[in-house]
Amino acid sequence: MRKYFTTHPSESWLLVVLLLMIVGLSLATDQFLTLGNISSLLNNNSVNLIWAVGLLVVLIAGGIDISFAVAASVVQYVAVFVLELFGGGNWAVGFIVAGLLGIALGCINAALVHQFRIITIVVTIATFNAYFGLLMYFSKGKFIYNLPEWWSARVVLLEHQGADGRWAELNLPVLVMLLCVLATWVLIRYTTTGRQLYAFGDNPEGAARAGINVAAMQFVAFGWMGLMAGIGGLMQVNITQEVVPNALIGRELDVLAAVVLGGARLGGGRGTVLGCVLGVSLVVITQNGLNLLGVSPFAFKMIIGAIILIAISTSRLSFGPRLTGTPVMRQ
Amino acid sequence: MPMVMSAHSGSTTSALRLKNVSKRFGGVQALDALDFDVSQGEVHCLAGENGCGKSTLIKIVTGVYEPDAGAEMEYFGEPVTHITPTQARRRGIAVIWQDLALFPEMSVAENIAFDSLVGSRLRRVDHSALAQTAGDVLDKLDLQLDLTAPLNSLPIAKRQMVAIARALVGEARMIFMDEPTASLTQAETDSLLTIVRTLSAQGVAIVFVSHRLAEVLDIARRVTVIKDGQLVGVYPAQGMTQSRLTTLMTGQSLKHQVRSRDLSNAPVVLNVQGLTREAEFTDVSLQIRAGEVLGLTGLIGAGRTELAHVLFGMRQPSQGVIELNGKPVTFSSNRDAMQAGVAYVSEDRLSLGLIQPQSIAANIVLPILSRLTHRSGLLSRQLTAETVKHWINELTIKVGDSDDAVSTLSGGNQQRVVLSKWLSTEPRLLILDSPTVGVDVGARAGVFDIVQRLADQGLAILLISDEVSEVYFNADRILHMGNGQIIQAYSPADTTIDALESCIYA
Repeated sequence: MRKYFTTHPSESWLLVVLLLMIVGLSLATDQFLTLGNISSLLNNNSVNLIWAVGLLVVLIAGGIDISFAVAASVVQYVAVFVLELFGGGNWAVGFIVAGLLGIALGCINAALVHQFRIITIVVTIATFNAYFGLLMYFSKGKFIYNLPEWWSARVVLLEHQGADGRWAELNLPVLVMLLCVLATWVLIRYTTTGRQLYAFGDNPEGAARAGINVAAMQFVAFGWMGLMAGIGGLMQVNITQEVVPNALIGRELDVLAAVVLGGARLGGGRGTVLGCVLGVSLVVITQNGLNLLGVSPFAFKMIIGAIILIAISTSRLSFGPRLTGTPVMRQ
Repeated sequence: MPMVMSAHSGSTTSALRLKNVSKRFGGVQALDALDFDVSQGEVHCLAGENGCGKSTLIKIVTGVYEPDAGAEMEYFGEPVTHITPTQARRRGIAVIWQDLALFPEMSVAENIAFDSLVGSRLRRVDHSALAQTAGDVLDKLDLQLDLTAPLNSLPIAKRQMVAIARALVGEARMIFMDEPTASLTQAETDSLLTIVRTLSAQGVAIVFVSHRLAEVLDIARRVTVIKDGQLVGVYPAQGMTQSRLTTLMTGQSLKHQVRSRDLSNAPVVLNVQGLTREAEFTDVSLQIRAGEVLGLTGLIGAGRTELAHVLFGMRQPSQGVIELNGKPVTFSSNRDAMQAGVAYVSEDRLSLGLIQPQSIAANIVLPILSRLTHRSGLLSRQLTAETVKHWINELTIKVGDSDDAVSTLSGGNQQRVVLSKWLSTEPRLLILDSPTVGVDVGARAGVFDIVQRLADQGLAILLISDEVSEVYFNADRILHMGNGQIIQAYSPADTTIDALESCIYA
């Protein structure tokens, strides 16, 4: 346990801070620790965590992705039309279509990064703009409410009526979120591909010399991000029961902030699923807590910004060139 | 004409045979029709200056680069037309890279057993098998490391050991060692050389690259010398001397003569009395006169670099006096020290002393930008160009174009860029901390030529070095520092290098 603290300082600190916040908020407000509040937090933030674990994989591989939230909107729109071709489809078709569309959009990023050796932030800012521009052009900014029945209907997994008569329920997105988190955890922790992603992000030159297929790494990382973007997009529609072209834009920075808060390093090689879950939880609980305490919602972003700065400067995360890493002798 | 002498009998079997290997990068011919062969069980040294093509050769053999058309390669008697890093590894070829090529965030076990993680098929990671593999190799090396610790928690010498262990995983039949001893102490080097001998006795071919020529001649059976990407020749190590090898590598013979001039009449530039910094060094007193080179040597951890940092204002002393040109000074930062005429070329200048992606010109003028600025506040292009040209000529820096990135230069030339960067500030005291780390024998002589010239121009120089021979041949006086104290002063004229070495390594 002590060792975990030294090897994973950000995860450990987050856990401590999160527990303190939970205890504090439980004492300060009587709504925080209620089934209704907790379940709605889970339902409403599942998409953020699905995206977060996708982005985590890209960060571990040494990249960054700005385009995933817009890509999720594109997936939603295209999926509406594709599903019409399938006569409306069902959940299975929906997952396949959204997943494949997401992977395709992710692979466009990977192909640009690998083929033209452009750094990931530049590529994904470009695709972010391109995807959004194309989406607004073809959708003309129109909302879509006329969705297949299965897609917009709420799927209740668990429900419970509280003493006050109010229903608390857990919906499908929560289950999907759990599966995505679990799958990402297995991928990066327990598969050789996952360990190669870490190695590639940690020392790309060393990885190439060890015979790692560098192109494959980009496609796996961005493909996984794309898959999560697509699934997240599908779930978002299930939550809001509408498709709105500009509904998701801007969410990418919130997710990025949460993942970085969770200890993933911009620059690659470091980051855990636990940290990612904690980072997203911290942001969500902070927002919820401020809300319950009656603090202005405008204060939220400022406070999150401050938390990230404090977290990064107090933990031993380094974001610049690593002086502690393997020194590179240049010939 | 390349001269090839065969030192081994015809009965040995070939581990590697290369013929006519060339590699061109853009306009640079890195390797030019090179032949190279290594026998099984042989320790073979690859010698040459930085940038001569050694690393390119290693990368071609291990499949990181593909050779240009016309190359013939034969691995363990089998002709090979195309090879990837994974295939090379499967054939039993391992490399200990100069920059280690390890993964700092990953665990020691993962780094050692890394090859079992490589492959495009999605497989489960067997963490216990990884630990088992890594543990076995470490046992073989008689090393104890925490297998689950992240690599970046280890000091650099231990990381070097991890890189060595990684090469020994599985059936290694040929191991390339690129500067494996660069960061090791003598004891660690000795244990590495023992390992090399053992492996060689087991039939593993070892190709050894090192700047430490004594070490090379001690362990190798044959030496292949490369210069400018071309084969100079293959020689038996027996009967080869360091100076002959240096001549072959550089194409010029080096003079060895002690300097040791009497400068007791020259004005004192730096006078340090009783300088102390808690837990780093105690009661250090020294003087350097104008035109004098003062050598400061001792083992790693003696407090030399810490002393340099205090003299350069990067840390503050707890006690003692520093006088520059007779006036006591206190530096609250290195900006003060630079203002007062102190320049410091740090040990790890290649990463910290230079901005690698920026141009040579931009690096040279960096510390004196304010002096090159018009009254308007804009940088004068003409003054900049003149300054850059002056230093490139003065220090004979070999550059194609001063607008090229520093990273395109060889180690020796990068060292000159760092020097010119500091000399452009017109210092009176120059502190050189291990100026030849990562610089070749031939280029080292060039660096010291410059040091001598600067001293002759009246600069006071503090030369810090691990290598006793460097201070012996280049300093007027030598101070031996150990455990944070000045132990003894020597004059090179009154002592021999052997006597000096035995005092320091005692």
